[in-house]
Amino acid sequence: MAKPAIVVDNISMMFNLHQEKVDNLKEYFIKLITRKLRFNEFWALNDISFTVEKGDRVGILGFNGAGKSTLLKVIAGVLKPTKGTVKVNGIVAPMLELGAGFDMNYSGRENIFLYGATMGYSRKFIEEKYDEIVEFSELGDFIDVPVKNYSSGMRARLGFAIATAVEPQILILDEVLSVGDAKFKKKSEAKIRSMFDKGITVLFVSHSVNQVLNICNKAIILEKGKVIAQGDAKEICAQYEKMVKGK
Amino acid sequence: MKYLKNFYKYRFLLYEIVRKNIKLQYRNSVLGIFWTFLQPLLTTCVLVLIFGGIFGKKDESLVNYPIYLLCGRLLYEFFTQSTKRAMRSIRNSASVIKKVYVPKYIYPLSNVTANFVTFLISLLVLVCFVAYYYFFSEQQPHITPYVFLAIVPIIILFILSVGVGLILSTLAVFFKDIEYLYEVFCMLLFYATPIIYKLETLKIQSEAVKLALMANPLYSIIQMFRDCVLFGEMMNPKHIIYSACFSIATVIIGLVLFYKKQDKFILHI
Repeated sequence: MAKPAIVVDNISMMFNLHQEKVDNLKEYFIKLITRKLRFNEFWALNDISFTVEKGDRVGILGFNGAGKSTLLKVIAGVLKPTKGTVKVNGIVAPMLELGAGFDMNYSGRENIFLYGATMGYSRKFIEEKYDEIVEFSELGDFIDVPVKNYSSGMRARLGFAIATAVEPQILILDEVLSVGDAKFKKKSEAKIRSMFDKGITVLFVSHSVNQVLNICNKAIILEKGKVIAQGDAKEICAQYEKMVKGK
Repeated sequence: MKYLKNFYKYRFLLYEIVRKNIKLQYRNSVLGIFWTFLQPLLTTCVLVLIFGGIFGKKDESLVNYPIYLLCGRLLYEFFTQSTKRAMRSIRNSASVIKKVYVPKYIYPLSNVTANFVTFLISLLVLVCFVAYYYFFSEQQPHITPYVFLAIVPIIILFILSVGVGLILSTLAVFFKDIEYLYEVFCMLLFYATPIIYKLETLKIQSEAVKLALMANPLYSIIQMFRDCVLFGEMMNPKHIIYSACFSIATVIIGLVLFYKKQDKFILHI
């Protein structure tokens, strides 16, 4: 068997909830001396373990504040877990928020290279993919306009085009499949589906059970930072729907 | 080894950000990249106009006051601009750092590097100054083969800026006040470094003050640079050793501090 794509091993993530936000020196020293620096511990993730095999498409379900986005950020390497380890085999394309790496004063063309470099790709590699990206994003002549003048739909389209064109091995989708108009939505779903056929591993966060059923073959339910169920997508989705109704 | 490998993978990002910073700095200005020359040229003219009468006259040891001043000013300007930009770099890239994994030191490093490139371009002004005074005036700068050694203080200054940039960028994430404090500090540095004056002409009585002024690594670096470009002499080895050690120590402190704190950045930006 091939190496699993993602191994999440007993991770916990703790945040210090500052009672008051201290971000200047004067306040910090006053509070340090008067011993008023107090923190509330908050465990966003609590001892989570699971394994994702290559080619698996895992839906992550859970109510608001269950820790879904925190989990994705830990897997993407943005957050370092307080305890535990995450092992990821392969290139991860995080689509936590499309177009997060864009520079507003830069044109679309320049941003393609910047965004590609942010994901660790060489200029040469992006040059090969350049035409495909421009075509898929449907930006046409707008490609030389600074991104600050783009509409939010155009920005998201460009972000989606870059993130998928580089053929990552692991795709992290955080409710991003609602990009653009209906036509583009269809196109982006088709694109992601075509990537499934190449055996890409997907982590997908959504509130919509239908979307999860549509895309994923496995699912996990998170509640208050803990995994309460994992397994086949159909069973888990049924369980989740029960939870929703019960609430 | 692991760090080097990671750096190698993200070298394109470093390149792209350096490129971006240089490109965007002068975009939409009519004269564009010319400002890299014009800005130091004009500010030096102003300073010569104001301080030339006070410090520049009747002092043979200065050789040529405009060049003396320009040397100091170019180096000072590079140091403060690059460290200020590096200081803000983490906060300015918050949107990326929060979403995608990137080695975070790339941001302060690329800001210093971008400023370094514009600094190298602005050195052309110095070349013009030296050429002009060499051919058309009596206050000839002493040009000797030592001029090529000017690369030494420039490299040391780059290392120092990276180190200070790393430290400041880490601190600025946790305390925004640093940005304002550093602004004041830079002003102090401008007058505490012999840029517009010569240390000897101040006739300081107190040994402690003198020592404090000479402990400034910028003093050593600027002095070395002037030795090469203006006085045509071998630089003082004490200056080389002192400033090099100071710079390397700063980089090490900066790296240790940065690596210890970088996982917490995301919680504060």
